[in-house]
Amino acid sequence: MTSATLFGLLGSVLVGLGLFGLLVHPHPLRKILSFNLLGGGVFLLFGVVARRGAGAGLGGDPVPQALVITGLVVAFAATALAVALLLRLFQESGSATLRNDAPADKDDGEAAGH
Amino acid sequence: MSWTVALEAGLAALVLGVAVWTLSVRQTFAAVVAFVVYGLTLTLVWVRLSAPDVALTEAAIGSGLTGVLLLGAAARLRATEANSVAERPGAAVRVAAAALATLVALALAAAVLYLPEPAHTLAPQAMAELPATGMGNAVTGVLMAYRAADTLLEKVVVLISLIGVWSLAEDKLWGGRPGPLHHADPDGALAFLARRLPPVGIVVGIYIAWLGADQPGGAFPGGTIIAAMWLLTMMAGVTDAPPISRRWLRFVLVAGPVVFLAVGFSGFFTAGAFLAYPVAYAKALIVVIEVGMVLTIAATLGLLMAGPPERSEKP
Repeated sequence: MTSATLFGLLGSVLVGLGLFGLLVHPHPLRKILSFNLLGGGVFLLFGVVARRGAGAGLGGDPVPQALVITGLVVAFAATALAVALLLRLFQESGSATLRNDAPADKDDGEAAGH
Repeated sequence: MSWTVALEAGLAALVLGVAVWTLSVRQTFAAVVAFVVYGLTLTLVWVRLSAPDVALTEAAIGSGLTGVLLLGAAARLRATEANSVAERPGAAVRVAAAALATLVALALAAAVLYLPEPAHTLAPQAMAELPATGMGNAVTGVLMAYRAADTLLEKVVVLISLIGVWSLAEDKLWGGRPGPLHHADPDGALAFLARRLPPVGIVVGIYIAWLGADQPGGAFPGGTIIAAMWLLTMMAGVTDAPPISRRWLRFVLVAGPVVFLAVGFSGFFTAGAFLAYPVAYAKALIVVIEVGMVLTIAATLGLLMAGPPERSEKP
């Protein structure tokens, strides 16, 4: 097995683990964390595709590598927005639950449902 | 070569173990610490995949900044953790989630095992045209020339997410200072570090951004290091976050995208297409864009970390 295949399989497992955490963790911050873990696996799959495309004196195809760099920055921006939304929800309702039947039923309570 | 195989297998097992730790540890704060370790071990994987540019960005943004952001949130939300334990889904939901996650992982693994041979690659084309961009680093060439539109849009996305974060402020605090005021012992280690480290860190950040043209590095990791220095001074209470209504701040935040757009539109006249560079000035124009980008990335990332305005303008 080449190292690209090994890390490709690792990326696949990380996506599965992140998805599981996203689904079963009730706390929104743990969901954000799991989603970032999932993202790490997706980026790794890109890195494996890049590594397999090594050639022309490069260790990997620079196009998927550049896409991952862009993706990392966008993932951070999305995480920052998600965390700000969560902290605002906590500030407004005093809890961080995503349940629809949560006690704090203000006008913006619906927006937090999922 | 067998020792490298063993090394890589060990590294993969380490990443996997840390990922499981991140998901299974009870306290959220500990989970975030595990996530930072996860990001740093992934950085090693990126080095093994011959992607040093990605490794730098992963260490700086994926692990470092995201980790600090989530640590802060975990500390603020500590009181809500006890309640969420009661909301854990039942066994049936957990089994279904595990089945779905396993299915997705298996499908991806199959896709990895049956990737086409020989692998499709754009590396030869990227290298063939690279001299025309004046860059020596193919990844920077992709980011700043071949796929410049992606990078431009990404700058705008990051700016929009900052506007999104700011818009969560209470009406009466709009235009105020972001985040809580940090107090630290003025003679303590943190304040000492916040006075001594930034001069070095800012130079290192600029150097890494400048080096990106020919070596691993670039505007993203460079800008992130400068943002980290700014955050350090804010956390130590050496400086305070500026009110978001300041005109100079708004100017810095749009400088990157505006310079990028201006160069992009000038491409219509000098090279016949949007975001095209005339060959003779390609490197100079890319450096101009990158200077604006480093400034904007540092300011935007720093303010994304600081959060929405929470205090009125007066200190």
